[in-house]
Amino acid sequence: MSAPQTILPLEVRQLVFEANSTRLLHDINLSLTAGQRTVILGPNGAGKSLLLRLCHGLLRPTSGDINWRGTGTRDRAIRHQAMVFQRPVMLRRTAHANITHTLKIRGVARTERRERADAALALAGLSGLADLPARLMSGGEQQRLALARAWVTEPEVLFLDEPTASLDPAATRAVETLIEGFHAAGTKIIMATHDLGQARRLADEVVFLNKGRLVEFSNAERFFEGPETEDGRAFITGDLLW
Amino acid sequence: MSTILNAFAEAGALLASFDADFLAIVGLSLRVSLTAVLIACLIGFPLGAAVALFRFPGRGAVTLMLNTFMGLPPVVVGLLVFLILSRSGPLGVLGLLFTPTAMIIAQAILVTPIIAALTRQIVEDLWREYSDHLRSLDARPLDTLGTLIYDARFSLSTAVLAGFGRAIAEVGAVMIVGGNIDHATRVMTTAIALETSKGNLATALGLGIVLLVLALAVTASVQVINAIGARKAAIA
Ligand SMILES: Nc1ncnc2c1ncn2[C@@H]1O[C@H](COP(=O)(O)OP(=O)(O)OP(=O)(O)O)[C@@H](O)[C@H]1O
Ligand SMILES: [Mg+2]
Repeated sequence: MSAPQTILPLEVRQLVFEANSTRLLHDINLSLTAGQRTVILGPNGAGKSLLLRLCHGLLRPTSGDINWRGTGTRDRAIRHQAMVFQRPVMLRRTAHANITHTLKIRGVARTERRERADAALALAGLSGLADLPARLMSGGEQQRLALARAWVTEPEVLFLDEPTASLDPAATRAVETLIEGFHAAGTKIIMATHDLGQARRLADEVVFLNKGRLVEFSNAERFFEGPETEDGRAFITGDLLW
Repeated sequence: MSTILNAFAEAGALLASFDADFLAIVGLSLRVSLTAVLIACLIGFPLGAAVALFRFPGRGAVTLMLNTFMGLPPVVVGLLVFLILSRSGPLGVLGLLFTPTAMIIAQAILVTPIIAALTRQIVEDLWREYSDHLRSLDARPLDTLGTLIYDARFSLSTAVLAGFGRAIAEVGAVMIVGGNIDHATRVMTTAIALETSKGNLATALGLGIVLLVLALAVTASVQVINAIGARKAAIA
């Protein structure tokens, strides 16, 4: 994937998010660079989804900054990013049309759309289901379609929010392989999960959140060998109560 | 009882006769109401979708207005259009009063709020579902609008049917701005009103039955098209 001008690194400074005057994220400071697969770990309600949505620009911070390189605001940066949600949004169209829709939104000429959608479907192993209405597809197939749809936008950064949360092991594998494909093509991966096995398989670095606070941010190997904090240790041994 | 039996006989006879005058009345009814619905769609779809999508000052008031105007009394709309199109009115120079065009205008005014209000509701629900994806794509407002209207098309057809039902069945507005002129602006409802006032109850009822059958036919064909399309797109 050609990335003429990268929007990385991402600098998050003093990020605070509140809803109904409850502070849900406290003073997050983070610097994410290209190349590393970043996995955001934390128990339910830790604020993983919020952090992803804030970074992607779907939510506005209450205070603090989210800065992508070379762009003062998120508005231009979001065009270089894609996001795959836990429950993917499937347009009421066929699998193929879900992808051509994305291409159309992104201004790709009509003549090119079909071919590029075909290629993306093939990559996701969905060629045989091209004409199936997306909403009839299984959870695993829908998640692969969401990844194929993200693929055609050639993102510099791909956000994933628990992309395999309700998938069986085989489907999880397939999704992880596709994520590896993005990584190999040069896309920065930022993924939230609470699947420790998946984090071990995919992570280069770990952002560990708990109760809306950034507890640890370290190299994945170091984190899994011996977290620096009590909460981190408790989380990877399954003892963290929240 | 015999009036009702006669009515069915009359309706059958009317349909079987292919009487030119009768067909002209049916044709005009359809032409006026379908055109009015088409215009109402062109205005109501984007208007309703825009109200669903965009936050702007007065949005609540617009929604309230649309919902209220769904029940506009046809005679009042007829009267307003009459005043505007009458010789001394602001658009009097156009000479549209007592023409099918005036009837189309009046019915379009009646139907637009129905289609806009239902569109707002339908699109708002779909937007809730689609917003994360479309915002993540950074879709422009026009693309967003287009996506939502297209993907809601089967639900929206119900709104269109509601609008068509309203238009084809109303008599107050077309009577006032059309004048029920034979061979010019007479439609089914005004013909029914006339026959009733003349005491030709069987003919009136016969026309009423034909009107019902017509509405049924339009609704049924939309439903069939929908069922096929919806199965293809897996809306259900
Ligand atoms: N709009 C909102 N208003 C109020 N509370 C919210 C809102 N959005 C999120 N929250 C709360 O913020 C906290 C963090 O939510 P978030 O979805 O980020 O958690 P998470 O780490 O993704 O959890 P999970 O693993 O269950 O997905 C939760 O307690 C949630 O209830
Ligand atoms: Mg979450």
